[in-house]
Formats: sequence, structure tokens, C-alpha cells
Amino acid sequence: MDSYFSILFTEVYKILFLLVPVLVSVAMIVWLDRRVWAFVQKRRGPNVVGPFGLFQSLADALKYIFKEIIIPASSNKLVFVLAPVVTMTLALISWAVIPFGEDFVLADINVGILYLFAVSSLGVYGIIMGGWASNSKYPFLGAIRSAAQMVSYEVSIGVIIINVLLCVGSLNLSDIVKAQQNLWFVIPLFPMFVIYFISALAETNRPPFDLPEAEAELVAGYQTEYSGMMYAMFWLGEYANILLMCALGSILFLGGWLSPLDIFPFNAIPGPFWLIFKILFLFILFALVKATVPRYRYDQLMKLGWKIFLPFSLFYVVLTSSFLIYFDLLPGK
Amino acid sequence: MKISRLLKTIFMIDFVTGLLIAIKETFKTKKTINYPFEKGSLGTRSRGEHALRRYPNGEERCIACKLCEAVCPAQAITIESKERNDGSRKTIRYDIDMLKCIYCGLCEESCPVDAIVQGPNFEFATESREELYYTKEKLLENGDRWENILAANIKADSSHR
Repeated sequence: MDSYFSILFTEVYKILFLLVPVLVSVAMIVWLDRRVWAFVQKRRGPNVVGPFGLFQSLADALKYIFKEIIIPASSNKLVFVLAPVVTMTLALISWAVIPFGEDFVLADINVGILYLFAVSSLGVYGIIMGGWASNSKYPFLGAIRSAAQMVSYEVSIGVIIINVLLCVGSLNLSDIVKAQQNLWFVIPLFPMFVIYFISALAETNRPPFDLPEAEAELVAGYQTEYSGMMYAMFWLGEYANILLMCALGSILFLGGWLSPLDIFPFNAIPGPFWLIFKILFLFILFALVKATVPRYRYDQLMKLGWKIFLPFSLFYVVLTSSFLIYFDLLPGK
Repeated sequence: MKISRLLKTIFMIDFVTGLLIAIKETFKTKKTINYPFEKGSLGTRSRGEHALRRYPNGEERCIACKLCEAVCPAQAITIESKERNDGSRKTIRYDIDMLKCIYCGLCEESCPVDAIVQGPNFEFATESREELYYTKEKLLENGDRWENILAANIKADSSHR
């Protein structure tokens, strides 16, 4: 019994040690997003609360906590309340398998990438539940769009991941990083990196693919009926997902916790910091894209996903595997 | 599709150019001001919070002609008048419901003695509705506080009246 509790406590301690920084960085990332967006448009962005406005997200969160939670009379109340909980939970449990450094991972499971893929596929349920349970037109339309969009781009992300797995020979995320010791996959698989980045934008409903919440057409999409803390949970889940996609991108293509060159000034910095730098780099790119690119039309989005990305990444799978077999470079041989 | 167009699409030239422009703009000077700490300039005809002015000798300008009350499209002004002991007509009540007011400036325009004016203050948000039902005392106090700017504004605008 004693050992049971001690294991439980160490696990809870480890989970808190992971989740608290993730939630804090989600708040910071929202601030960074707004700030980058403002800077591109020559505005100042949030700069009043705390140094450089760093506590703006904290102030926003406080505001959301004190706001009333409105549950529409005609909604399906159980599902309505469950939807933001599902979104946020799914966004947070994916972090369990992200390796921040050598042996610095909560759950070092051997099918880490499959776990991530499964959880992010489930992510669409939160949105569908929210849109359906609201029992209102705009949320429903937003949810349908979002479901179609996320499912389409999930497919091309899956094929892109196959490319990486071909070069690694393991589904474990730490092994994927270790396989990039000599060469980051961004160099041989550069087109896949670009497609991964764009698919990640679509997968997380970020502009230019933010059709589920296109303000001009759908008010706020599936979030229209939500208020207060429930809205904030959607919002936290969304940004946690964005951060996760950036983390996955840096692990698959940018060498995770590895330093760019294995020489003195670079390898003196501990691994987790490198991962954070890479996540930040990808996130700033996300924010810049949001500020630059206009929103896609729905048919263009579908065309891009099914007619361009999917065939191209399938072609690249064939190319990669042929290359590996021809030069006898297959891993695990 | 032309070959050059196709190549441009494949290598996302337009996208990358746009991104580079965005990065370049990031480092330019900002076009907005730090609002609560820095303020933009206001024109002499800006229509903000109302004020009732006085003559330099301290006498109220308002003669209770009720033109402003009549012209007010939102019917935000309520005036009651009475003859004073010296025989002049003065208001005993001059209320403006700042919640009804649409800040159109017609009261200021209709006033024959430049008594009711709209000043440069636009930051008078309150925490309750009651505080925005302005009485004569409040309006006169506003007039005393902003008199310098109000007089200068009227003088600057006089050639256009």
C-alpha cells in the first residue's frame, strides 16, 4: 500500500512538473502571438500589464474566471459542458510523450508517435461536441467545417510522419530525435517539413485555415455559445495544441533537443532549451503566417489537402523508401 | 498555367516574399500611440463631455431659452427656469442624461450665448449609470475646470460661425 502511494505521488509530482510549465507557456505564447501580430501591423500590442505586457494573458484568464458561464436553454447540457473539458484534456495529455531531453520524458512509450497521432485525431471530438451541443446554426456549421478540415489534414500529416519513420525505424519519439544526431530531417525531407508546417496550421485551425471560426461568416464558429471559463478552456486547448504541433515539428524535423552543431558554444546549452528555442521559432513562424496570409476559401482548403498534399506526400514516401533501399540505408539493418 | 506561374506556386515565392515583408515591417516604428500614457491631439471642434460656461465675472451664461432642449434629437436635456430677484431668467435645473446623449453637438450650435459647449474631455467613464445623469452643478463645475481650453476653442472656431 505504501509503495502504491509513493508511486502515485511521484507520478502526480511528475505530471504537475510537466503541466504547470506547459500551461504557463501557453499563456505566454498567447501574449507572443498577439505581440508578433501587432508588430507586423506596426501596432504595439498588449504592453501594459506587467513588463512588456507579459501578464496580459494572466489578466485575461482572471477576467474569464470571473465571467458568468452561460449555458443555452436549448443546448444539450452535458455535452455542452463536456466539450471544452475534452478539448483541453486531449491537448494536455499529448504532452506526456514529448521528450524534452535525453531521458527527460514523462512516458517513454515505444509507440509515442502513434499515441500522439491518436490523441490529436480525437481532438476533433471536442469541437464537434461543442458545435453540436450548442444547438445553434453558427456553431454547427463551424463544427462541420472543422471536422472535415481536421480529418483531411490528419491524413497528410500521417503520410508525412511515415516519411520520417522510414528514416528512423522506430515509433519512439526519443529514437526519432537520436536518429537525427548527424543530420536533421529538415534537410533531406525539406518538402515534407513545409507540408507538415502547413498541415499543422490547418490541423490547429490557425489562420489562414481558421475557417471553423471565420469571424466574417460564422461569428466565432463552434465557440459562439461559450462564455467565461468554458470559452477560456477552448482557447487554452487550442493554444496547447498549437504548441504541441510546434513541438512535434521540432522533434520530427528539427532534431528535438539536439544542438545544431555538436561543438562547444552550442552543446553547452542543455537540451530542453534547444527544444524550447525550436518550438519558439516554429511558433513565431505560425504567428507571422497569421499576420501575413489571407484566409483560404473552403473549396481551396479541401483541394489543397486532398489533391496536392496527399498525392505529393505519398509520392515522397515512395521516393524516400526507394532512396533508402537503393543506397542500402534502411535503419535497423 | 504558365510554367513560371507553376514554379512560383511550387516554391511559394509569393508567400515567402510576403513573409519577408512582414518581418521587415516588424522593425519599423509603430504607427499607434501608447494610449493611456500618451494622447493624440484633438481638434478644436471635438465633441466630448458637456460643460456650462460662465462670464468672466462669474455670472452663468445660460439664459434658459431652452433652444438646446428643443433641438436635442435624443431628448437628453431637461431645463426648468425661474425669474431671479434681479429680473433675469435663469435655470434652476439643467440636466443632461449622458447615456441618452449622442454627442451630435446641436446643443452647442443652437446656444445663442455659448453657454452649453462640448469640451475636449472624452474620458469620463463611470462605474454606475447614476453618475452619468449630469446636473447643473456638475456641468458648471466642468465649465470652470475646462474654461481655458473651451474659450480658446470657441475663439479658434469663431471665424467659421
